[in-house]
Amino acid sequence: MPEKTLIEAIREAIDEEMARDPRVFVVGEDVGPRGGVFRATMGLWQKYGEWRVIDSPLAELSIVAIGIGAALNGFRPICEIQFADFIHPAFNQIVNEAARFFYRSGGVYNVPMVIRAPYGGGISGGLYHSQSVEAFFAHVPGLKVVIPSNPYDAKGLLKAAIRDPNPVLFFEPKKGYRLIKGEVPDGDYIVPIGPAKVTREGSDLTVFAYGMMHYYALQAAEMVAKEGIDVEVVDLRTLAPVDKATILNSVKKTGKALIVYEDNLTLGYGAEVAAILAEEGFEYLDGPVMRLAGPDVPGVPFSPPMQDFFMPSPQKIAEAIRRLARY
Amino acid sequence: MAVEVKELLPITQRHEELGLSDETVLQMYYHLLLSRRLDERCWVLQRQGRVPFHISGIAHEGIGVGAAYALRKGFDIVHPYYRDLALSIAMGMKPVEFMLALYGKKGDPHSAARQMPSHFSLRRLNIISGSSPVATQLPQAAGIALAEVLKQKLRPQLEAAGFRVSREMRVVLTSTGEGSTSEGDFHEALNWAGIYKLPLIVLVHNNQYAISVPVWKQMAVKRVADRAAAYGIHGAVCDGGNVLEVYQVVKEAVDRARAGEGTTLIEAVTYRWTPHSSDDDDRTYRTREEVEQGKLRDPLPRLRDYLYRRSLLTQRLEDELEERVRAEVDEAQRLAEEAPYPAPEEALAPVFATEDRSGWWGE
Repeated sequence: MPEKTLIEAIREAIDEEMARDPRVFVVGEDVGPRGGVFRATMGLWQKYGEWRVIDSPLAELSIVAIGIGAALNGFRPICEIQFADFIHPAFNQIVNEAARFFYRSGGVYNVPMVIRAPYGGGISGGLYHSQSVEAFFAHVPGLKVVIPSNPYDAKGLLKAAIRDPNPVLFFEPKKGYRLIKGEVPDGDYIVPIGPAKVTREGSDLTVFAYGMMHYYALQAAEMVAKEGIDVEVVDLRTLAPVDKATILNSVKKTGKALIVYEDNLTLGYGAEVAAILAEEGFEYLDGPVMRLAGPDVPGVPFSPPMQDFFMPSPQKIAEAIRRLARY
Repeated sequence: MAVEVKELLPITQRHEELGLSDETVLQMYYHLLLSRRLDERCWVLQRQGRVPFHISGIAHEGIGVGAAYALRKGFDIVHPYYRDLALSIAMGMKPVEFMLALYGKKGDPHSAARQMPSHFSLRRLNIISGSSPVATQLPQAAGIALAEVLKQKLRPQLEAAGFRVSREMRVVLTSTGEGSTSEGDFHEALNWAGIYKLPLIVLVHNNQYAISVPVWKQMAVKRVADRAAAYGIHGAVCDGGNVLEVYQVVKEAVDRARAGEGTTLIEAVTYRWTPHSSDDDDRTYRTREEVEQGKLRDPLPRLRDYLYRRSLLTQRLEDELEERVRAEVDEAQRLAEEAPYPAPEEALAPVFATEDRSGWWGE
């Protein structure tokens, strides 16, 4: 199987879905001749033309709202928000509109759309090119929230998102765009939205993570393996709807849980995983449910030492694993 | 008020010159009357404590009826707002369909009794569900209209894949109040509309007030329609109390849109003489004298006067229509009162769709 980068897998998914279904189109800032600032749509404007790869005005609210309208009228828009940090002007259209359309119309109007956005820090992006915004949206019934951690899942999950009859937020760990490589089959396959995946079997404790943090969690697991700590790693992959069974089954086996995410700690996605374990997995637990996340400050600072201080790393994850293993 | 009115203004257009038959203009009167009487009944029911809330379309019926008749019903698409009772009635909504929503009863076709009333949504009439935060429907309507352009541009690929594309574009009409034109959604919608020459009509009901805030605190320009110039789209003003003038102006906009000549921003001027909603008390922000003067814009007596002048309406016919409308409203109320409430646990679904039913394809 050919090895591809995360960004190549994403581009391949978009390309194949556009070839498969003429209702699929891309809309966003710089997605046309430029191919996107991260090159996710590179070559697609040249291949499919200006009516299927639409350079939007610089206006995030309407990138999403135009997508909602086009979806209502039969199309399958893939809306690109250039950085997750810029999604906030569209918050109302996503949360009040896309998420609620189906429920508020009594199941009459569904909104089949995908909103893609690169997220996450560690790329010298400062406060406004580093944010993790998944918790805002995972809170909202009516939205599906997907974050791939590897190229295989990225391609399969994005295809599933494009074919889903509901609004799907697809957040991509941008630090991993070219860093994370993996085997990706040519041609069509689907990774279903919903199930989490045990990506490393272990017996001493479970690390729950997604996106870039999952990549780091696997590295951390290898680091502590040499010390005799046997770590299970679960890639959550779909944050909404959450896969409770996989979360609970893993902790039933290991008895301990560490949740790693690069968002701010408080009320981040790990809070929900911790609550699930506290409510439904209490009897499996042999130690406190721990979270390793970014500090509760308004952003990832630009200056390298402060950025490194903010970001969880394989070393920090390994240290948290050791603490939990000792408990 | 932006325009001083001293007396009930006569309708100066002639319906036959606009291509409307005698029968059609009488039907417009019937829809106007039905909307008004239904609306008045809703106020009574709310004041009697029988329903929790009503937000009224009184004084907006001339706009709604005029616009509805300019559209190709069952083909064109409407993304309305909460004062569009008359638009919905003229598009084909049955009074009971409104009453079921008013009472929050099972069978409400708009939202399955989830939304507050006046959030119109009827798939069979191409009326699309809206929310309560204002102006959000405008950029969505631009997206619906963009899809119409895409269908024409991508016709060969779409038809090869089995999607039937209509011969002509559907026109999308979205409406909103003048207060909503202060929202960023308004700007972004019109910006797209101009760039892509979308088959879109943005119909602004300028009723002079956004709850309590008068129009001169919403904008420094004299007319909402003046803003069209900034987006490279057509702008037009019409008297919202003159149903034939509304029809004329919207029809021209529909024809332009269908011909690929782009979007029109229409400002229909009216005066909201009811409070904003049943929860508002407008005595706190305007005088009764002003309200009485505003009633001179009332579309109903103006159309009635026109029909009498043109010998299309007689006292006997008027009485018959009143009686017919009263019976319809009575029946709608009775059916809604007799209808059961939804089961409590119906609140749990449907959150996610399991199949795709989106889109308007074919003719």
